[in-house]
Amino acid sequence: MPGPARRRTPSPQWLLLVPAFALITVILLVPLGQSLVRSAGSPDWTIQHYQTLFTDGVTLRVLARTAMTAAMVTVIAFLLGYPYAYLMTRVGPRLRGVLLVIVLIPFWTSVMARNFAWIIILQRNGPVHSFLEQFGLDIVLYGTVGGVTIAMSQVLLPFMVLPLFSALSGIDRRLLLAARGLGSHPLRAFWKVYWPLSRGGVVAGLILVFTLSLGFYVTPALLGSPQQSLVAQLLGQRTTQLLDFAGASALGMLVLVVTLVLVAWANRLGGTISAIGVVAATRTKDQP
Amino acid sequence: MTRALRDIQTEAGETTAPRPRRTRRRARGVDPIPWWLTAIVILVGLYFILPTLIVIPMSFSSASTFQFPPKGFSLKLYENFFTNPVWLTSLRNSVLVAVLSATLATVVGTAAALGLHNLTGRLARFARTVLMISIVTPAIVIAVAVYISFLKWQLVGTITGYVLAHAAIAVPFVLVSVTSALGGFDPKLLRASASLGAPPHRTLLRVTMPLISRGIITGAIFAFVTSFDEVVIALFLRSPLFQTLPVQMYNSVTVEIDPTIAASSSLVVTAVTIICLVLQFVGSRGKTR
Repeated sequence: MPGPARRRTPSPQWLLLVPAFALITVILLVPLGQSLVRSAGSPDWTIQHYQTLFTDGVTLRVLARTAMTAAMVTVIAFLLGYPYAYLMTRVGPRLRGVLLVIVLIPFWTSVMARNFAWIIILQRNGPVHSFLEQFGLDIVLYGTVGGVTIAMSQVLLPFMVLPLFSALSGIDRRLLLAARGLGSHPLRAFWKVYWPLSRGGVVAGLILVFTLSLGFYVTPALLGSPQQSLVAQLLGQRTTQLLDFAGASALGMLVLVVTLVLVAWANRLGGTISAIGVVAATRTKDQP
Repeated sequence: MTRALRDIQTEAGETTAPRPRRTRRRARGVDPIPWWLTAIVILVGLYFILPTLIVIPMSFSSASTFQFPPKGFSLKLYENFFTNPVWLTSLRNSVLVAVLSATLATVVGTAAALGLHNLTGRLARFARTVLMISIVTPAIVIAVAVYISFLKWQLVGTITGYVLAHAAIAVPFVLVSVTSALGGFDPKLLRASASLGAPPHRTLLRVTMPLISRGIITGAIFAFVTSFDEVVIALFLRSPLFQTLPVQMYNSVTVEIDPTIAASSSLVVTAVTIICLVLQFVGSRGKTR
């Protein structure tokens, strides 16, 4: 690797950070900075573009729909993720490894392959529709917010399971045994002892999944409908079709700020960024 | 049946159980895992792998629609994929962009991880946060900002644009995996090397690099996969002259209704799965060593 090899003996260690910083700055920070300037300074300093977001009638409705969808995704991910993470802490190392690999599968599955699969599953005369028809229900989820919710929950479940698993595996189960020994019913012991101890991981997982679902673009674009668009679709539409760069930048900044605040909060609660610390890090976590 | 029997035995003969396995067995006996929990977890596990299970049979369909289950068996879709220049060019573009951006991300990311290693304090934390920021920034926000800026810099639709953008979002993956490799690294080796007279750059090349090579390779592969599979930014940077495979897949469901996407999906899923299994294998071998 030429980068580190060029290191000169007397130079301070931090010089090694320069290339990465240059890349991130030019490709991410400068465009985001320009976006901020554009949203508040074209042509003069103004908050007009932000005002428009809240007064044009469309944006607020889309934001509300996005928040509702994100909330549904979060609830589903929690209801499915908690038992899964809990069981992961209870089984032996070998089975835990298998469960972890299964969690990571949505990460591996190509974005487009996964969305294509959901189109097939949810479309008219697809497996889900045919199944529901047998009960006399004519429900097509493709092209609805419901379908988007189901597909998004599947992708975001790992972001619930991984922080939960890292929180739950830190809980001393002897406390449960102690509660049981003192005569507590298992459910009561769980509710009074285990659940409060797991709450940090739960809140971190909830915030993380909610945050990530705010920015989904491909899934709502392919599985949802233009009549029920989510904020990312609106953002794309304003940029490429309406060429309303200032308006799109203002909306983008709003999404970015909400996301970063929520992530910072989740991170303070559970060290989540390192927990998702992406797949690479989780590989080493299967034997805590 | 046998497990229940074992549990009962364990519960009864708790104190006489053989030492090494004692804690695990006792935990099972006193506090068994309820059957409904196992059932829920199996269902959730199916939900995790459902899309993968659908895509592969679809790719052998002989129909020219997105019908599932597929009506007949054929290799037609694979034939389409490997004979249609649109698909092949997209594939080639994707591989090219992914190789270049993974190389760039690996070089700068490894350097940054070495630079941050053992640095503590507010400034180091800040630096790490800045480098990781793209993980938590919604892809659509990055895509829109990058698209508008790249329009001005005339990078839209160019290989340079794709490579730079994909490298920037792949840096965190390299940083994480190299940092975790450095975490298991014994600093005494550096002193040993220095005391034997090696200058720092030789220590870096001969001692540090080989020991963290697994982390670097892991990071490089994740960077490759990240770029290869990236679709949101690519949708904005695409041009009629240059588009990547995920963008062509996107077109095939939105514009063309071309079932060749099933073959393409299966190929990508299979390739990525093999890569990840190899990584897993390499990783677990490293742990036992």
